[in-house]
Amino acid sequence: MSLGTIGDRLPRKEDARLLTGEARYVDDLQIPGALWVAFVRSPYAHARIGSIDASAAQAMPGVRHVFTGADLRDAWANPMPCAWPVTEDMKAPDHWPVAVDTANYAGDAVAVVVADSRYAAADAVDAVAVDYEPLDPVVDLEDALSDRVLVHEGLGTNRSYTWTLAPEPDAVDRAFAEAAHTVQERYLQQRLIPAAMEPRGVAAVPGAYGGDLTIYSSTQIPHILKIMTAVTCGLPEQKLRVIAPAVGGGFGSKLNVYAEELVAVALARRLGVPVRWTETRSEAGVATIHGRSLIQDIELAADGDGRITGVRVKLLADMGAYLQLVTPGIPLLGAFLYHGVYDVPAYHFECTGVFTNRTSTDAYRGAGRPEATYALERTVDALAREVGVDPAEIRRRNYIPTDRFPYTSIAGLTYDSGNYQPTLERALELVGYDALRAEQQRRRDAGETRHLGVGITTYVEMCGLAPSRVLASLNYSAGGWEAATVSMLPTGSVQVVSGTTPHGQGHETTWSQIVADKLGVDPGQVEVLHSDTAVSPLGMDTYGSRSLAVGGVAVSMAADDVLAKARRIAAHQLECAEEDLELVDGELRVRGTPTRAMTLQAVAFEAFTAHDLPDGMEPNLFGQVTYDPPNFTFPFGTHVAVVEVDEETGMVELIDYAAVDDCGNQVNPMIVEGQVHGGIVQGAAQALWEEAVYDEAGNLRNPTLIDYCVPSAAEVPYFRLDSTVTPSPTNPLGVKGIGEAGTIAATPTVINAVVDALQPFGVTDIDMPATPERVWRAIQDAPQAQEAGR
Amino acid sequence: MIPAAFDYQRATSVDEAVGLLTEHGDDAKLLAGGHSLLPLMRLRLAMPAVLVDIGRIGDLSYVQENGDTVRIGALTRHHDLERSGVLRERVPLLAEVAGQIGDPQVRHRGTIGGSIAHGDPASDLPAALLALRATIVARGPGGEREIPVDDFFTGFLETALAPDEVLVEVRVPAVADAGWSFQKFNRRAQDWAIVAVAAVLADGSPGVGLVNMGGTPLRAAGVEDALRSSAAAGDAAARADEGTEPPADLNASPEFRRHLSRVLVRRALEAAGA
Amino acid sequence: MNITLSVNGEQQGGDVEPRVLLVHYLRDTLGLTGTNVGCDTSSCGACTVLLDGESVKACTVLAVQADGHEVTTIEGLAPAGDGLHPMQQAFHEEHGLQCGYCTPGMIMAAVSLLEENPSPTEEEVRLGLEGNLCRCTGYHNIVKSVLAAADAGNGAAATTTEAVSS
Repeated sequence: MSLGTIGDRLPRKEDARLLTGEARYVDDLQIPGALWVAFVRSPYAHARIGSIDASAAQAMPGVRHVFTGADLRDAWANPMPCAWPVTEDMKAPDHWPVAVDTANYAGDAVAVVVADSRYAAADAVDAVAVDYEPLDPVVDLEDALSDRVLVHEGLGTNRSYTWTLAPEPDAVDRAFAEAAHTVQERYLQQRLIPAAMEPRGVAAVPGAYGGDLTIYSSTQIPHILKIMTAVTCGLPEQKLRVIAPAVGGGFGSKLNVYAEELVAVALARRLGVPVRWTETRSEAGVATIHGRSLIQDIELAADGDGRITGVRVKLLADMGAYLQLVTPGIPLLGAFLYHGVYDVPAYHFECTGVFTNRTSTDAYRGAGRPEATYALERTVDALAREVGVDPAEIRRRNYIPTDRFPYTSIAGLTYDSGNYQPTLERALELVGYDALRAEQQRRRDAGETRHLGVGITTYVEMCGLAPSRVLASLNYSAGGWEAATVSMLPTGSVQVVSGTTPHGQGHETTWSQIVADKLGVDPGQVEVLHSDTAVSPLGMDTYGSRSLAVGGVAVSMAADDVLAKARRIAAHQLECAEEDLELVDGELRVRGTPTRAMTLQAVAFEAFTAHDLPDGMEPNLFGQVTYDPPNFTFPFGTHVAVVEVDEETGMVELIDYAAVDDCGNQVNPMIVEGQVHGGIVQGAAQALWEEAVYDEAGNLRNPTLIDYCVPSAAEVPYFRLDSTVTPSPTNPLGVKGIGEAGTIAATPTVINAVVDALQPFGVTDIDMPATPERVWRAIQDAPQAQEAGR
Repeated sequence: MIPAAFDYQRATSVDEAVGLLTEHGDDAKLLAGGHSLLPLMRLRLAMPAVLVDIGRIGDLSYVQENGDTVRIGALTRHHDLERSGVLRERVPLLAEVAGQIGDPQVRHRGTIGGSIAHGDPASDLPAALLALRATIVARGPGGEREIPVDDFFTGFLETALAPDEVLVEVRVPAVADAGWSFQKFNRRAQDWAIVAVAAVLADGSPGVGLVNMGGTPLRAAGVEDALRSSAAAGDAAARADEGTEPPADLNASPEFRRHLSRVLVRRALEAAGA
Repeated sequence: MNITLSVNGEQQGGDVEPRVLLVHYLRDTLGLTGTNVGCDTSSCGACTVLLDGESVKACTVLAVQADGHEVTTIEGLAPAGDGLHPMQQAFHEEHGLQCGYCTPGMIMAAVSLLEENPSPTEEEVRLGLEGNLCRCTGYHNIVKSVLAAADAGNGAAATTTEAVSS
């Protein structure tokens, strides 16, 4: 293993076990004596649950029990948790892991089959006879808002909350009244299925005695899950251990507390044996949370030169049937960013969350910020058209100038650092913008039917959730800190215990590089432990592009503490002043007399034996830090997409793509690029391929990967990546998050390109995903097309 | 998720397979590569009581020249069709179509016999066989018979095969000198065609087959008629959707499919040199 | 039904229900959990193994169909006790994996691809992997990994056919 410190493209330490198939995901775990559960799920989007006759199922081979929602009602001390009551008057229905009286979405669990094998359990599901009384479902958002049919009778309305950010309402009204240009747009953020490649799974394993319980779950949040399980199941928190083994992707969909996890725990306790469950892909379509799903109304006011003077936003957000862990807050994570990278003096944001009879929505890569960036960057292009200016130029006129950072935004944020225009210029250079425009025009002049389109997005996002005090002001029920312990063990190796919970992000490698940088050790000798609440008891888990900016910083601070203590020990034993010591090649040496030295390993052993430590110093060599960041971090960048649209078939091909991102200092640029690549494809997928399609009865029509079009390598090109580095002043490493930035930027980048390609037809908007039929119809229905009699 | 239970039988010869089909009647389905049947069985959309595995019958995988005809054994895999030197030289359309079915893993298992016998209007090979005016050879208790491809696809997932017949061979005319083209339109490379067109323009005998334009694989009879009257590609293509009943699904409306069929037929005819 | 087959060079076998899928036989009976299940419609390719040296989706093959044949899974790819197979090594060097769930299937599909086409173009690699879905990497580094393995296999210096600078 080569030496790799901050800035090195160190190949990942995680890879070996993943490449060879040795890694254990939840479904790989061998758990002797485990019973398997399968869920009986409502086929109706809205129905009263009558009698449940499980006799036929119970008679089937291998079936041990069938439990109804009523049977399990007393297993719960509290309903399923929603950790973000966004307003004081937010309405939330009681949500039990297994529905008791009413099924509220197609897929809502109404009974649980327990059997010897997963196949016996699955076979018996169809034999459970449930007497449903179907009720009218509500599927459409505006219909939901009208309260024509209520999802939850007891709430008296479908409106869960309305949340407003209105720093200066009069200023906004004035801006629009005095504007030389205004543009008003409506966008639909379609429902998405996160579709991590590993379906969810859980195994609850009771200890032999003492009431201990270990929960293995394909989760992003072992620490939060532990607390929420204790609360929901009424169990002592200290008796629970949650382990996330290898986890096959999350993207926010595994940032949740799920019914199946809680049921496994309750049944393991009740039956005294391990209980496990693994999702099928079709099941995942309804049982795992969905992303996005909101209607956005946005208006921009601008002066004669197209400088934005005001932004007004109104969202109608689809909660789905229940409020899962963060459901109501997701649209609000974008609330502060509907003016993005632009210096806008007047701002108004309002969001109403409504219930529908569908799977709950919750965090999905970007969580609120892709929506904000989409609405803004699409509308900025509309403004460019209105003003008669090139889309790159309108952005240049509006960027927050570089000398204004740290920048206090009208929405109340302090952007830590920014330097937007260079990312635009570099991205345009990477795609060869001028040549593209020339080729685009040549094709238009020649009447060619394959149209080029170029789309631009400059984004900023807020991540590294967040200063705990800010979370308090938002009424978010958790903190934003992260914990790390860095220890030099008596035998000299370095152990890092992190509260982050990676599932593909490469933390073991990145944290090792940070420690290597601080302590001069070989990153291959650093052991990083995580994702097990018994081994790493303190943590806030991995999501929201927070882990490096909060967790990595905690690691670096803990390493600093280790070095500081080592210096004191070495100075004491070498009988010199601390200032005279320098760290060279893993040794603390007295400057000028290099033979007077102690290796860090020797210092660690001395700390362990404690034979000769400075007075009052505690033994052992470790640093433990819980770091609460003073601010979010604000990565930014510009992406440019090039598409080719076949006007005859509506086919859109993504033929080139440039991304210039700035996430501050980069610890491992290879990992950074990988995050951007993956993020881009998920964002492009929302633009071109993916949509969870519902019928009027509230049934999901495409729960499988045959019909839910996750793209393959054949659908996307290489990405031209570059970066600028504008360190964050928020933390000592100067780092920002990058995990979601690609997705945040890509969706509007691609759609702006499609709209740009269709400009000759007078098309100014297209719904997502821009399927061939949608594109074809946009061309047929567009004003120029109708004039030309196509 | 997993198939319902079934009784499993292996046939080591066609006659043995015919015997088993005769014995079990409607309860039995043949298993070749399994890539039409097993996906349905996993979702429990098909639950045959008996599966007769013919995948081991040794002499049913071949591509042989026979004068003006090429004979293809029913168990010839798509992968082998794609790479067959004989096909590339004598019936290049078929090699091209086979190479675009599904993905490489599917092509390593799926067979021409299995695909044709399944009778799915969304499959690519049936349309190619229509364009080629192929002949299907089936063997039953009474011996072998030849079924012209135009008589073969009788309904949605229904073919002229009797319950006790095994499709053993596909015979296609060698068309090396004819213009040909295959135009497949889908959203992702691995997807079924939203619409596809297979065209072979042998002298005086144009053949155009359509994928996913109705309840069965369809011949674009209107296009062929126009071509026989020396219509230009564009005019012939305007008749692409005559006699079709394209389905509505998540990928396309019937109206869009009709439009696509006209575009793809025109492109196919242009590429084939009409 | 009693079956015998070679799995990663070792004779395996026993009595299996005919409906058992090859992927479940490998995972549940033989404990070879490297091959993963990612969908139920033969769409994702996470279950890809080699059957007689050719890539197949083990979720769409019955164990009884593999009777008498040779199966290679990800666990059997590397030469015994000798580090990583060149494809695994390429994925490591080019950062062709993140969460790793699609990786065994992706690698097996890539091995089969290069076996049939030792010097593919970028487009041939992308089309050759059309049956394997990944949610983490955006495929950029996966394609680079396969091209790097192809280069290494053909004796060239380990350059990647990278169309762009990054």
